[in-house]
Amino acid sequence: MIIDFAIIAAKAFLVLFMVLNLAGVLGWIERKGSALIQDRIGANRASIFGFAGMGLVNTLIADPIKFLFKEDFIPARGDRLLHTLAPCLALFPALVTFAVIPFGDVLVLGGREINLQVANLNIGVLYIFAMASLGVYGIVIGAWASNNKFSLLGGVRGAAQMISYEIAMGLSVMGVLMVYGTLEPQQMVRAQGELLGGWLPAWGFFLQPVAFLLFFTAAVAETKRIPFDVPEGESEIVAGYHTEYSGGKFLMFFAGEFAEIVTAAGLVTTLFFGGWQVPWLMRDGFHFPWGGAIVLSPLAVTVLQVAAFTVKVIFFCWLQILMRWSLPRFRYDQVMRLGWKMLLPVALVNVVVTAVWIVLRERLSNP
Amino acid sequence: MILFLILAALSIVSSLLVIFPRSVVRNAMALAATLFFVAVLFVTLDAPMVGALQVLVYAGAIMILILFVIMLLNPAALEARPVAWGMVGSLAAVALLLELTAIFFYRPSSAEQPSVTVGFGGPEALAQSLFTDFVLPFEIASVLLLVAIIGAVALAKREG
Repeated sequence: MIIDFAIIAAKAFLVLFMVLNLAGVLGWIERKGSALIQDRIGANRASIFGFAGMGLVNTLIADPIKFLFKEDFIPARGDRLLHTLAPCLALFPALVTFAVIPFGDVLVLGGREINLQVANLNIGVLYIFAMASLGVYGIVIGAWASNNKFSLLGGVRGAAQMISYEIAMGLSVMGVLMVYGTLEPQQMVRAQGELLGGWLPAWGFFLQPVAFLLFFTAAVAETKRIPFDVPEGESEIVAGYHTEYSGGKFLMFFAGEFAEIVTAAGLVTTLFFGGWQVPWLMRDGFHFPWGGAIVLSPLAVTVLQVAAFTVKVIFFCWLQILMRWSLPRFRYDQVMRLGWKMLLPVALVNVVVTAVWIVLRERLSNP
Repeated sequence: MILFLILAALSIVSSLLVIFPRSVVRNAMALAATLFFVAVLFVTLDAPMVGALQVLVYAGAIMILILFVIMLLNPAALEARPVAWGMVGSLAAVALLLELTAIFFYRPSSAEQPSVTVGFGGPEALAQSLFTDFVLPFEIASVLLLVAIIGAVALAKREG
């Protein structure tokens, strides 16, 4: 009983710890990576006894200390309570969503089966969308409590954008749900371990490529980063919804944004790129389609699975940072047009085509 | 039981906060919190699907739209004013209270209490009843919503 409880607590702590740390490291990757992309040097000012560590000291030690010791400014006629609550509401959904994302198969340790997932809900995907839909409150409330017209404009833009893209996101996942026939992320990942035609892994990307493009676009829009950063739009509305934020509260918005990147990468990995699956890796080792096999111990298989999941998540984090520094910002009307007039109809067509395909396949296989 | 008491207390406090503060945005936030706590109550009552949908639809979409409207209309300009039909509203509230009191004192015998079956409250059970036994009411509700959407679009077109 106590051991079971300790295992759950350890898993929850581990996932939270990894997401927050990856968010911090992404801050460093974002600054040094953007410098690399734009042929600059990037953060290199702070150092400890001459050790700058490629800007790590600057972004992981100096910047957070600076944020925490800055004055916490609250606008005189703003709402003090809601101004403080908003950054918490922005950070909360990004951190809790990862609870249902599986990062490995069942680990057998000392005769005890440990499911490598914090919470195994039979409504997992719905839980993800429910939590993601709460993410809007942080920016709307923060914008309102700041009592600043630029903040308010940013908040209104943010609410409109996030609601629009949530619909496209939900509809794009419908196709994946229909193909795998489950709402549980762990079962979806297991289903992606099968092989198509004997050699191609049955990953969501190969079965639902259109859904992947739609979902990834909508997920990037939900993180409110370039090319979808009209809620911030520094050349138009100063800094949008967090104009009036400073110090630790701004750091929370900032960390929330990076945690959202990690969550979006985790979701794309789980739904479309096989989660913890390594191609041709079964429970007892590799079975290659061209014949031949490598036998591995169960522990080695689990380590490989967790490593595969981590590598995939980091790849999609990097892809999002690469997009953010390569693309220009959409205009507000372009964001709305893309969401409602392109993503939404294509997602609906994808659902219909998938349904027809599933029915036809069933009819053909057992006439 | 302890969990239920904590959740019930939180729901009651947040629903009182819906009506008492003078700031409309705070009221709306309290309503969102109430919806969230009620959703957690659903989850503890073996209805995770209803709980998730409650958060997704009410707290995540409808309340955001209400906040959106509040922010665009600037409620600071709204003053307290006598509400028309105030008497009828009060009577309806008292009637509802009496009705709820009756439920509070009603104790069903153990034979009447249905037991929770496996899969109760899950997506499969909900979809089964929605698309087999209750397919007609379901379709009627969806047509009603479609009519409402078309009506709203038509009205907006005429004004503009």
